[in-house]
Amino acid sequence: MSQPALKSPADPVVMAFPSPKAAIVPLPSAPSPRAARVLAAAGKQARDVAVNVLPPLVTLALILLVWQMLTSQAGATLPSPTTIWRESHDLIVSPFFNYGSQDIGLGWRVLTSLQRVAVGFGLAAVVGVLVGAIIGQSVWAMRGLDPIFQVLRTVPPLAWLPLSLAAFRDASPSAIFVIFITSVWPVIINTAVGIRNIPQDYRNVAAVLRLNSLEFFWRIMIPSAAPYIFTGLRIGVGLSWLAIVAAEMLTGGVGIGFFIWDAWNSSRLPDIIVALLYIGMVGFVLDRIVALVGRVATRGTASA
Amino acid sequence: MSQKPYLKLDQIDKSFTRAGRTSEVLKGIELAIDKGEFVSIIGHSGCGKSTLLNIIAGLTPVTQGAVLLEDREVNAPGPDRAVVFQNHSLLPWLTVYENVRLAVDKVFGRAKSKAERHAWTLHNLDLVQMGHARDKRPSEISGGMKQRVGIARALAMEPKVLLLDEPFGALDALTRAHLQDSVMQIHAALGNTVIMITHDVDEAVLLSDRIVMMTNGPAAHIGEVLGVPMERPRKRLEVVSDPAYLRCREAVLRFLYERHRYVEAA
Repeated sequence: MSQPALKSPADPVVMAFPSPKAAIVPLPSAPSPRAARVLAAAGKQARDVAVNVLPPLVTLALILLVWQMLTSQAGATLPSPTTIWRESHDLIVSPFFNYGSQDIGLGWRVLTSLQRVAVGFGLAAVVGVLVGAIIGQSVWAMRGLDPIFQVLRTVPPLAWLPLSLAAFRDASPSAIFVIFITSVWPVIINTAVGIRNIPQDYRNVAAVLRLNSLEFFWRIMIPSAAPYIFTGLRIGVGLSWLAIVAAEMLTGGVGIGFFIWDAWNSSRLPDIIVALLYIGMVGFVLDRIVALVGRVATRGTASA
Repeated sequence: MSQKPYLKLDQIDKSFTRAGRTSEVLKGIELAIDKGEFVSIIGHSGCGKSTLLNIIAGLTPVTQGAVLLEDREVNAPGPDRAVVFQNHSLLPWLTVYENVRLAVDKVFGRAKSKAERHAWTLHNLDLVQMGHARDKRPSEISGGMKQRVGIARALAMEPKVLLLDEPFGALDALTRAHLQDSVMQIHAALGNTVIMITHDVDEAVLLSDRIVMMTNGPAAHIGEVLGVPMERPRKRLEVVSDPAYLRCREAVLRFLYERHRYVEAA
């Protein structure tokens, strides 16, 4: 399409110059910049993909190779990748089979665990933001509560389990409580910092408009502190996923944590390794989801 | 001047106490402002003029004395004394429209219907020529435009007194001139009572009916009040050769640079 258009203005140039050769030389190169640009764009895209995808693939291949070599020797205590593929084949390829109460796909187990995390983390998010808001707003609440929180937040998740079992006398609420108590601290602390960092300007605007405390909470506090709150939520969701596996190992039931414990008791090591991969990937996805929600929710605030 | 002032600052003292040491900022501020008057408060930085504005706005409590608006004491912030803040203070997570609408909903939530509040928001945005950017966020518009929206938000509250806290301080000279013209037009059209803090002598003379000159702190007080005897509407290019303009300008400059020169790190 561009060739004829480019040729006609070039002709007078040929006439004007005493040396036609010199004038013709740029012509064949004239249509190529576009093609070259398309090629370059495609090449750049391909390079971007390669740069991001290839290194992890190569690393993964290397790990599998070394793993295979180490575990195929005689007397190896752990299963090799090929053994795992052979023995846990249906766990890997079909996450959602259902052959009866304890013989179900890992997808179902992950969903059960996610349900507990949803309840526990959901509670932690609501309570964390509210308590964080109070601590951020009130100097006295901060003086009174902050030291206590700083001590409590270092208590490992599982240390809460016996107490919560004693209190709730049931496995499921205990697991949920452990999730809650693990993930609530970063939400509280980050929210409080976010609230304390609300610029005085916004407070002045609220004062001039006479916003009441509920309006102030929704219209000023939450949006203004949103970047901090989502940092807390992101840490919290990671911690709660850490805690659920540990809690389920001890409380039993259907979740992915109990599956690992069960597999260990029946010496199904390949299954455990498959479950680990599931947990890792779900944790990764959870983190990305919260990060994405945070990015969408703080569109205006972060750029201010 | 009328018998009863619209806004009265009655013997206002302000001192801050920090770590057991009390520093006097304002001492014996006495000022009466009429309805529809445009008053500028000028002084060197640190003289307490912003503190004075915050006191009128109710954002800072007085130590002694009172602010009386229509003979009633005001000691808490409210939409009857809307503030245009120095750095615009728009909420960055709301659009231009939503920033103004928040104020409209809060002030006229009961008095006006939803459609009326929508129309009133748009009307005020048009007043500052910002109707075209109603769906933009503050981060997407220029500094001058942000300040226009800040003015629209304040105007939308239909305040009894409009308080401008160095509203054009952070703007370049051309944008500043545009906004000054806009403020003059709005003042002419609506007849608001305006108090403006500034440290720009030309701005003060061009816009004000009276210029309140403050002495340097600590314990700053009103050194002199200068009436600006110039007809409105004032045109930027015409007033610069007006002898009254030049006289006023000289008087303010003399006050600021001869009698109350700024003392470094006093």
